[in-house]
Amino acid sequence: MMTTKKLSELAKTIRSKNAGTDKITFDVIFRERDVYEMVKRSGALTRASVSALFNIGDNRITDFVEYDPAYAIKFTILRPRPSGSPGDPDIFGAQQYAPLLDVDVTVDA
Amino acid sequence: MTKSLKVICPNGHLGFAPLKTESFRIAVEAGTDYIAADSGSDDIGPVPLGSDTCASPRAWQEHDLEVMLLAARKTGKPMIIGSAGDTGTNSRVDMYVEIIRDLARKHDLAPFRLGWFYSEVDKETVRASIRGGSPVRGLDGRPDLDEAELDATDRIVAMAGVHPFRALLEEGCDVIIGGRSSDSAIFAAAALHEGFPDAQAYYLGKVLECASFCAEPYGAKETVMGEITPEFVEVTAMHPGQRCTVASVAGHAMYERSNPFHEYVAGGLLDMTDCHYEQVSEKTTRVTGMKFVPAEEFRVKLEGSGRLGARFVGMAGIRDPYTIANVDAVIEWARTQVRERFGDDGWELHYNVFGRNGIMGEMEPLKDKPAHELLIVVQGVAPTREMAEELTITGTRQLFYARLPEVKGTAGGVSFVFDEVMEASPGCRWTLNHTMAVNDPLALFPTHSEIVGSDVLETA
Repeated sequence: MMTTKKLSELAKTIRSKNAGTDKITFDVIFRERDVYEMVKRSGALTRASVSALFNIGDNRITDFVEYDPAYAIKFTILRPRPSGSPGDPDIFGAQQYAPLLDVDVTVDA
Repeated sequence: MTKSLKVICPNGHLGFAPLKTESFRIAVEAGTDYIAADSGSDDIGPVPLGSDTCASPRAWQEHDLEVMLLAARKTGKPMIIGSAGDTGTNSRVDMYVEIIRDLARKHDLAPFRLGWFYSEVDKETVRASIRGGSPVRGLDGRPDLDEAELDATDRIVAMAGVHPFRALLEEGCDVIIGGRSSDSAIFAAAALHEGFPDAQAYYLGKVLECASFCAEPYGAKETVMGEITPEFVEVTAMHPGQRCTVASVAGHAMYERSNPFHEYVAGGLLDMTDCHYEQVSEKTTRVTGMKFVPAEEFRVKLEGSGRLGARFVGMAGIRDPYTIANVDAVIEWARTQVRERFGDDGWELHYNVFGRNGIMGEMEPLKDKPAHELLIVVQGVAPTREMAEELTITGTRQLFYARLPEVKGTAGGVSFVFDEVMEASPGCRWTLNHTMAVNDPLALFPTHSEIVGSDVLETA
């Protein structure tokens, strides 16, 4: 039987942070391998889904990686302008992950 | 028993917040061959590099340097610091060198050799590269550097690899203060100096650079110990409550970088694609399978920052739901008043609307669902202090006078926490995130050394 859970109920860590001056990288890390594999299978996190979630074109996603050694899904985006330019409200890029918390994941109950 | 080398790191960004002394003490007592930490980051934005200032209080930097220096001199083990004073500019290197000299005097330390190197790059050196037909290549989607962007730059630092650290270690330096450098190079230099292979040496640096960020549970500024052999790297948490686990160490490989597989340094690439992680004891994880791929052309990363102008900040709050629904029109009114006063260009005015999409801007999925109250942060940037102040006052106070057709409250459109604007750090912009080819790995990083200590007055 299938049911729906929020990504925040399944992941151990959901974070964002600068990767250099021009990019922000997002990490979604799971505690257990089977949960990680289940989220991968669900298709809830893909280039297309994060592109839609963050309202950015696919060309701004520079990397999208499923990283098995850490049970992690990781993607990186180009900033609209370099970090800390006047008007940039998040110099460290540390508060950009919030929309990921509520992503619906279809899982085996 | 395999030959091995131990290196400890007490802080992932020395001085940015003080290191925790208890786990550092435990690590020193456990026995280490080197004590090392990085003191820089480009996370802090372009202002410290553009204005040649620190992002951290001097008291915290002195604290960390003092704790490390006393342990290093007591045990007779080398101490290595990279990216002095947040940015690794020449003035920050000189400041750290002076702090080390002062600490040696304060504690009456026996003589030791202090080495340092600089990382600042003259704009004309970069211009010569462009004009000489060797393009200064953009990273992360930036175009190659042109002279207009170079002219807009106030200060450039090059990212050192292991080379200047190794040169100073070969001179016999006991304490090394580095200009801007790759985090991992600080630790890798020690391992390479002691004869360990590239792949393990760079991985040692990669895993140690952020101190306890490679341990769990989360707790920053605690010391971790790395041990390198020709076959593997082991990393051990020193805090009694922390462990380095397969998950925490593997997880750290992806921290703050675009992908978890590749780490570029001056001179090559650390490839972590086939890394294998194994828990070998409660607090220790062993890593094998790393590779190092030497670069075909020696390119050095350059960071540059340019000053845009003086900057002031104002704030205004909104509670009226009608005004909230029309906040963009309110902002446009204020902008129009600024345009009428200062013309269409030669200044910057930025509005962040907190309570709507102040943090995420256009990426905010909920930007059409503003909260019941908003805070607008206004930033004005202009060539002079006087103009920036008036610009920002205009851009803030005119929010109060915005003309919305159906507003009920006609006595003032916004709330003020204070009816003034505040001077902020200058507006700066990252102008360079590029690489430049050099023939000699030491060319951009001149090294110096001297004997420091109780009985010595002159430079050696």
